[in-house]
Amino acid sequence: MSHEPESSSPAPGASSSGFGVPPIGSGADPLLRATGLRTSFGSLDVLKGVDLEVRRGKVLVLIGPSGSGKTTVLRALNALTPPQAGVIDLDGERIDFAAKLSKRETAAQRAVLRDASGMVFQHYNLFPHKTVLENVIEGPVIVQKRPRDEAIATATALLERVGLASKRDAYPFELSGGQQQRVGIVRALALRPKLLLFDEPTSALDPEIVGDVLTIMSELAHEGWTMVVVTHELAFAREVADEVAFLDGGVVVERGTPAEVFTNPQEPRTREFLDRLLRPLE
Amino acid sequence: MDWQLAWDSLGPIVRGAILGTIPLSLISFALGLVLALGIALARMSSIRALSAAARFVISVVRGTPLLVQLFVIFYGLPSLGATIPPWPSAVIAFSINVGGYGAEIIRAAILSVPAGQWEAGYTVGMSRATTLRRIILPQAARVSVPPLSNTFISLLKDTSLASLILVTELFREAQKIAAFSQEFMLLYIEAALVYWVICLGLSALQNLLEKRLDRYVARA
Repeated sequence: MSHEPESSSPAPGASSSGFGVPPIGSGADPLLRATGLRTSFGSLDVLKGVDLEVRRGKVLVLIGPSGSGKTTVLRALNALTPPQAGVIDLDGERIDFAAKLSKRETAAQRAVLRDASGMVFQHYNLFPHKTVLENVIEGPVIVQKRPRDEAIATATALLERVGLASKRDAYPFELSGGQQQRVGIVRALALRPKLLLFDEPTSALDPEIVGDVLTIMSELAHEGWTMVVVTHELAFAREVADEVAFLDGGVVVERGTPAEVFTNPQEPRTREFLDRLLRPLE
Repeated sequence: MDWQLAWDSLGPIVRGAILGTIPLSLISFALGLVLALGIALARMSSIRALSAAARFVISVVRGTPLLVQLFVIFYGLPSLGATIPPWPSAVIAFSINVGGYGAEIIRAAILSVPAGQWEAGYTVGMSRATTLRRIILPQAARVSVPPLSNTFISLLKDTSLASLILVTELFREAQKIAAFSQEFMLLYIEAALVYWVICLGLSALQNLLEKRLDRYVARA
């Protein structure tokens, strides 16, 4: 699929299509289904059998107290922290983490997950020795072997779309946190992944710029990107999520539409968590 | 003070530097760096035997005098049937020495790059090797320039030991003239000054290199 370089308004809040959703179709079958994910670090069981589904073109938001395992779930989905057990079905391919595999087979399985996803980190993790443009085209050119000119055109259009066209040749240290995170999002988008993963993308940002990043994320959601977002921004979750999963103690305690989970939580633990977040002073 | 002798001896001493000391240092350092990277990666490998072998090499290199290493290769190996001429002997000894010391510097520099950089490499689809080459090593290089410059400067001075296995280099030229003229103080001070001037040049190069590699780092 070719990505048309376009000249939309450079303001990050401006709404027009232009992020170029990859063709993953839509339909009843989920893009990704994880079953029985178990992860432990030594004697500490972080995930105790997590099941979840990510539907095509939909947004799944993971919420929960710190230590609940939500980031570990996200990192299982692209094998940054491979679980010890569990199965992930992703668009027709099956990854069984409990299977005894050779090194090469393990690497191939991880490649399936990583090639399908793009990740946005809490602390951006931009490559500090590369310019903004180089950060964005690194994956497309070096890994995906796309023509450099085409990758640059795509990257430039995406940077323009998030209002950073003028920072193309800057190094990450010259950017503010909010700008770095926008580059982080563009770097993930440039891979044209089927699935976008966000690990607390606004937690390291100053409060007044959180909105810029969340606005871009809602636009991506509206354009039909498939997203899994770990966040503490409940307002964002309520507005943008198609499904919310509440994790606690390494299991999914409750899941449903934002209306179900936020307005009418069934589990006491969910209620307690939401109360604490919504009324921190009481 | 015999100024005429000081002037006349400068020619052979500088020639010794240009034909001996400097190429010997450059070649040994280049080979040593390749070796150092290999040993550093072996040391960090999850394969036990590889890591143990690397640790052994580092321990031997750091735990024995360079002069003894040089003598083992040049004077010792012939009794095992391997006679190596002076120049290659010196290159072998010095490269291994740089390899041992450099390995620990490179290992520390690689470990100083945040884990998030490896992860970012993986999430754009890179393999371990590609991430190491394109993301980690360029950042490690910046950190390792000052300590590796130290290693290079030490090496340059240590090449004077090669005079003891008959390599024609700066110090051996000075020694020959000193023995002939009996002007020991003059010749050895002169040799010291030439070493110093070369090292000043190296320090200047180090500064340039650090400036270049620091272009992507915020300055306080």
